[in-house]
Amino acid sequence: MIQATELTKRYRDRVAVDRLSFTVQPGRVTGFLGPNGAGKSTTMRLVLGLDAPTSGTVAVNGRPFARSAYPMREVGALLDAKAVHGGRTVYHHLLCLAQTNDIPRRRVHEVLDSVGLGDVAGKRAHGLSLGMGQRLGIAAALLGDPGVLMFDEPINGLDPEGIRWIRDLMRRLATEGRTVFVSSHVMAEMQNTADHLLVIGRGRLIADCSMTAFIDRHCRTVVRVRTPFPADFAALVTGAGGAATRDGDGTLSVTGLPMARIGDLACRHRVPLHELSTIRASLEQAFMELTKDTVEYHASDPTEVSGGLR
Amino acid sequence: MTGPGTTRGRRAGLAGAIRSEWTKLRSVRSTRWSVAAMSAISVGLMSVIAWAVVRNWDDLEPRDRAALAGQPLDLILARPVSIAQIVVAVLGVMVMSAEYTTGMIRSTLQAQPRRLTVLTAKALVFGVFMLTVGETLSFLACLVGRPVIDQHIPVRLDDPGVLRALVGAGLYLAVLGLFSLAAGAVVRHTAGAITAVLGLMLVLSELTALLPGSWGRRVDAWMPTNAGQLILAASPGTDAVLGPWQGMAVFAGWTALLLGVAAVLFTRRDA
Repeated sequence: MIQATELTKRYRDRVAVDRLSFTVQPGRVTGFLGPNGAGKSTTMRLVLGLDAPTSGTVAVNGRPFARSAYPMREVGALLDAKAVHGGRTVYHHLLCLAQTNDIPRRRVHEVLDSVGLGDVAGKRAHGLSLGMGQRLGIAAALLGDPGVLMFDEPINGLDPEGIRWIRDLMRRLATEGRTVFVSSHVMAEMQNTADHLLVIGRGRLIADCSMTAFIDRHCRTVVRVRTPFPADFAALVTGAGGAATRDGDGTLSVTGLPMARIGDLACRHRVPLHELSTIRASLEQAFMELTKDTVEYHASDPTEVSGGLR
Repeated sequence: MTGPGTTRGRRAGLAGAIRSEWTKLRSVRSTRWSVAAMSAISVGLMSVIAWAVVRNWDDLEPRDRAALAGQPLDLILARPVSIAQIVVAVLGVMVMSAEYTTGMIRSTLQAQPRRLTVLTAKALVFGVFMLTVGETLSFLACLVGRPVIDQHIPVRLDDPGVLRALVGAGLYLAVLGLFSLAAGAVVRHTAGAITAVLGLMLVLSELTALLPGSWGRRVDAWMPTNAGQLILAASPGTDAVLGPWQGMAVFAGWTALLLGVAAVLFTRRDA
């Protein structure tokens, strides 16, 4: 379990983390979402004590991380895959970490095999591909068989197979009852992985809820209707208390009425329907809506630019 | 996945940190190469130079001959050390700075967030390693160099100050290693820290010799490496401000001070 209370980190003139309070529970994957520069990495560094908070506290299993008897058995973290001396072999990198926590050598081999790096144990770390480097970082995190795991943007730069491997790993670690805390700036990555979401923007907490609650709360349901008489049917929908907007391709987007009511409505008024389907505003859209005021660097809207030329 | 197995102690502490730092030190190629190069150059090349000097003995000015005979260890100990010390300084700096330039420090401090334990283990492992290498090198240099110069500059182990200088040379290299390690921890950039240590050792410590008057002589003698190098001569100069062991104590004092600053910064700064 990770518990942050009023956690704040200020770097000279910039507030990276702003009075953040949250609890990351065991037994589920908690997605830590926010646009780039929202303070996700800083928060994770504060959990590990790599950076000291300006104010507030953060505890792992009830005490500051640095007071853990065996730190690697409490928390395993992949902050960036480059926290490695490239001149050292894969085996020696893991061995020197294991030795600090009295972890036996055979555990190093065990972990290497479990992440699929058994064959490159004798290879120097600078020769590893991005995906292999990521696996080495995960191997280091798993060495102490910790109850809490943190991954900072673990999917970045991985091929589809690597992505699936990491997803499965995170799911498995959570089912084993561990606390899994994983950051991302892309909502779609979380959709199939996370049970719970923490969303931050500009260092502040925006949402702290389960994935399903997040979807219910932030994703409007839209029903798409295709009919030869869109104008007439739009009037009927409005009459029934819904709202309909006409899309460019002759379809209607209906909100405010469940799909069954719309079907009944068409049947009763003998309006032929060629399509009736539910479209859920994507999670990505909901996430962008939610964080749009907190994004650090806005790209200029391309339609605005072309609009000026018209 | 099975558990990590039995524990040796009840808490991750200094013993594990020492084992870890020793693994780190021996598992990068730069350590082996540096020590090999240092030994080859300081013992091998310096023997050749000593041989050349002795071969041309009769062509030397009488003044130079007297100087060489007066400091019998200069050719076979002080000169090899003056080369070796550059390598030691670079290695010492890199023990700390490489952690930062590679990003390894984030892994190190995740495994052991008690930073004083990390720094203590690093200093102990590198200090003992450098002492072993330094003493070996010093006695090896003497062993190889002595027969080369024996004809004109005889050196015996039981001559006054000789054994002290030989033991002291290894000690000097070990203390210099720790001094450089501390500089690496304070500066955190390899190039910057190496420039600082070598600048102090090779430039600033030479410039202070130009300071006038008795206070100038005192400042010059108290410069860290100047004080430390006093132990390399079998007999101290007649006008020496500090004795050999006093000089070593001054150098060790500077090193302890710098290590103290490094410890404060290392525990307080964000990694």
